[in-house]
Amino acid sequence: MKMVTAIIKPFKLDEVRESLGELGVTGVTVTEVKGFGRQKGHTELYRGAEYVVDFLPKVKVEVALADELVERAVEAITVAAQTGKIGDGKIFITNTEQVIRIRTGETGAEAI
Amino acid sequence: MTDIFQLQYALDTFYFLVCGALVMWMAAGFSMLEAGLVRSKNTTEILTKNVALFAIACTMYLICGYAIMYGGDTFLSGIAADGVADDWSYAPAADFYFQVVFVATAMSIVSGSVAERMKLWSFLLFTVVMTGYIYPMEGSWTWGGESVFGMYTLGDLGFSDFAGSGIVHMAGASAALAGVILLGARKGKFGPNGQVNAIPGANLPMATLGTFILWMGWFGFNGGSVLATASVESANSVAMVFLNTNAAASGGLIGALIVAKLLFGKADLTMALNGALAGLVAITAEPSTPSALQATLFGALGGVLVVFSILALDKLKLDDPVGAISVHGVVGLLGLLLVPVTNDGSSFSGQLIGAATIFVWVFVTSFVAWYVIKVLIGLRVSEEDEANGVDLAECGMEAYPEFTSSKS
Repeated sequence: MKMVTAIIKPFKLDEVRESLGELGVTGVTVTEVKGFGRQKGHTELYRGAEYVVDFLPKVKVEVALADELVERAVEAITVAAQTGKIGDGKIFITNTEQVIRIRTGETGAEAI
Repeated sequence: MTDIFQLQYALDTFYFLVCGALVMWMAAGFSMLEAGLVRSKNTTEILTKNVALFAIACTMYLICGYAIMYGGDTFLSGIAADGVADDWSYAPAADFYFQVVFVATAMSIVSGSVAERMKLWSFLLFTVVMTGYIYPMEGSWTWGGESVFGMYTLGDLGFSDFAGSGIVHMAGASAALAGVILLGARKGKFGPNGQVNAIPGANLPMATLGTFILWMGWFGFNGGSVLATASVESANSVAMVFLNTNAAASGGLIGALIVAKLLFGKADLTMALNGALAGLVAITAEPSTPSALQATLFGALGGVLVVFSILALDKLKLDDPVGAISVHGVVGLLGLLLVPVTNDGSSFSGQLIGAATIFVWVFVTSFVAWYVIKVLIGLRVSEEDEANGVDLAECGMEAYPEFTSSKS
């Protein structure tokens, strides 16, 4: 099992959710986050004085997947979240040792 | 007593009271404007200052302010119930009511300039002095017609300030300037190498609503200062004042918006809002004699001036979070100096002497008052309280508790 963590542009969330749904993904966790990458921040202006916004708002999508779904899920996220401009985000894939469904106590791929 | 006179008396009194209520509503405008332009951690405290200063101003003016300004006894014991016997054209109590809301307006100007760092109770203590003594004294020399310490009489010198560009607005700004000098800038406003840092306001919809409320209240401020409406002559004058007040606000907003766009490359909403208020302050000294075109231009001049004034104050390291010293002080002076352009009854020299008298008196006495308060109980909250926000330090509550993380 893998945990796929995608940092995406906030307005792309709906498209990513839809394409993951089409793959049969049954659950994701979404967090509003801030950070910087190559896009860095930008300056804003208030009453003639500039100020720097260092951290840009992004959305973090976390989805636990059975191994065979990972490749297609990554592709689905990439297609849905891509604009081609700087700041589209990143996808991280990590191993997930165990998954437990709290309600029933099921474990492993069954619990995803 | 003829029926016509009775009707006139009733109508003028009624008009006066309604205009006073409009001016009272400006307190709400100042509250919203200031609450919008401070950071959210300082919202509760600025609102507390605004409601408290209104109540204190009304009470102090009743205790002694009105008597100092217009004569009579303290605690309003000199206010006659019926004005007919004294040849008044409206009820004396209506006159008090209309005057008292002006005092509150002058004091509202101060609260925004010292926002986000001044102790609540130090501010309220100053409010007592300002509304009970400092403002009524200069008011007695201008609208009250008294001589300035027996030396000269401003009215004889050709001084004219219709609704109070100088008497109310510049006076408030002068007190604010003295406070800001003694108080110092908000932490983080100015960098070590002279750079000016932006401290963005928390809620621009609120600041915009506040500006619209002030704009509306100003019709009472200027319109009511005609003091009558129940004759063809005064009704014409009232209508002209409404028209010009609106025109000047519009001109001021357009002026500031264009200057901000040219200077910064972006349309700065807060500058545009300050521009509308600057237009209103510029026309307040004489809204009855200019043509509509002149009023628009006077307003636009105020709107342009206010942007440069705000930037200049920043350069001087005078931190005024809402721009009140520029809007009400610098443009208030402009308003006074524009009066002789359209009003033959006034003179430039009279306007200059009047402006200097008001500024020196209010600035010096305010400086002394602020200084005494500073020595006695201090003006400024601790650095830690400032960082955490004065809402928690002074009021013990947040304005938006559900939005912040401190509860979770």
